[in-house]
Amino acid sequence: MNIPGLKPTGGCGGGCAGKSDANMKGADMHRRDFLKSGAAMATVTLAPGVTLMAMGSGVAAQANPDTRWGLLIDAGKCPSDCSACVTACSNEHGWEDHGEPTDPQWIRKVTLKDRATGRENSLPVMCQHCENPPCVDVCPTGASFKREDGIVLVDRHTCIGCRYCMMACPFKARSFVHHPVENQKVSTPRGNGTVEGCNMCVHKLDRGDGTTACVEACAATGNNAMIFGDLNDPESDISKALASYPSIELRSDLRLNLGVRYQNI
Amino acid sequence: MKRLIIATLVLFGLSVGMSQAGSVYPEIPKATGEEHPEGNEYWRVNHMELLRHDRDLTMREGVRDTDASLAECVTCHAVNGPDAKPVTVKSEEHFCRVCHDYAAVKVDCFQCHNSVPPDLGEASLMFKDESETLDVLLAYIEGLSQ
Repeated sequence: MNIPGLKPTGGCGGGCAGKSDANMKGADMHRRDFLKSGAAMATVTLAPGVTLMAMGSGVAAQANPDTRWGLLIDAGKCPSDCSACVTACSNEHGWEDHGEPTDPQWIRKVTLKDRATGRENSLPVMCQHCENPPCVDVCPTGASFKREDGIVLVDRHTCIGCRYCMMACPFKARSFVHHPVENQKVSTPRGNGTVEGCNMCVHKLDRGDGTTACVEACAATGNNAMIFGDLNDPESDISKALASYPSIELRSDLRLNLGVRYQNI
Repeated sequence: MKRLIIATLVLFGLSVGMSQAGSVYPEIPKATGEEHPEGNEYWRVNHMELLRHDRDLTMREGVRDTDASLAECVTCHAVNGPDAKPVTVKSEEHFCRVCHDYAAVKVDCFQCHNSVPPDLGEASLMFKDESETLDVLLAYIEGLSQ
């Protein structure tokens, strides 16, 4: 089972993984794939039967393996009565939480209380985009996968709705869609019988927005509790903030190396 | 005389049979926009293969400006209902259902994808920039002429 873009996690080691990926791409490379693989292409028909093609309109694969997208959330700046990020996510992707226990929640506000001192903390929790995601390990069809740029996604084309990933996720970050969905957003297809979760607004990243709906909404409220950016780029805001101030990842004992980190919990 | 009557009856029967056979086939709604460069027949046979490849490119590698996308399909092939709005896949008149009902093949696409054209604002954020494509093309033609 080889799926392009799916980085093998453990098992056969680096050398074996690279080889199988190369084999897959070579074997399946048709003319059409070749024309599209390197870069985009523009086509104009000059006369019947004469077609002009221009290669490379500049937009190549967006899932860049040199990038790792991440979030830094400052719980100290996150008021308990604010849920702008949750609303923004719901509007961006078209999921609705009506309060039923089985309604989808791509992102939720969680309140933590230190029993010893009584100090309360409010913070948003969503898919933590692990480097070693347990949801990908357990998926029987390869639908749960990690993109080259570190975003953990569900490919609904192959998801059979078994919900193993929901059981495996330590953060309860994934939801199952229990009812038929209509009038979906063009950028977020979603439907009955499949599992879904935070996709780090992958459509926004692919078109070059460089931010997510929740981070935009948080900035709009003036709280600025969330920073989004490339963890691999030492010059990015998020990398500088992580280097300057203490931060933690949730359930660090699981050693999953999360893409989402928190401050002031 | 008997032969003439039989011949007339046979001819009449044939013509009725042929006209009925013609009406059995689905009447495919006309699309707006340009024709497929590969030809309609090619797309009729291979549309699922073409879409399947592009869906994996987009989903797994983040390539958004693929040749085929379902949102573009339903935009060009939209069929307007009595209220002058594009019908959803629930209607028998929906472009995809016209053939799929005839062939008794279930369409699963629209369990997750929208079956009507997306809002223009939303669509322009997804599809490739036309002006950029034209610039590249012009640069390419210039390169050829040099």
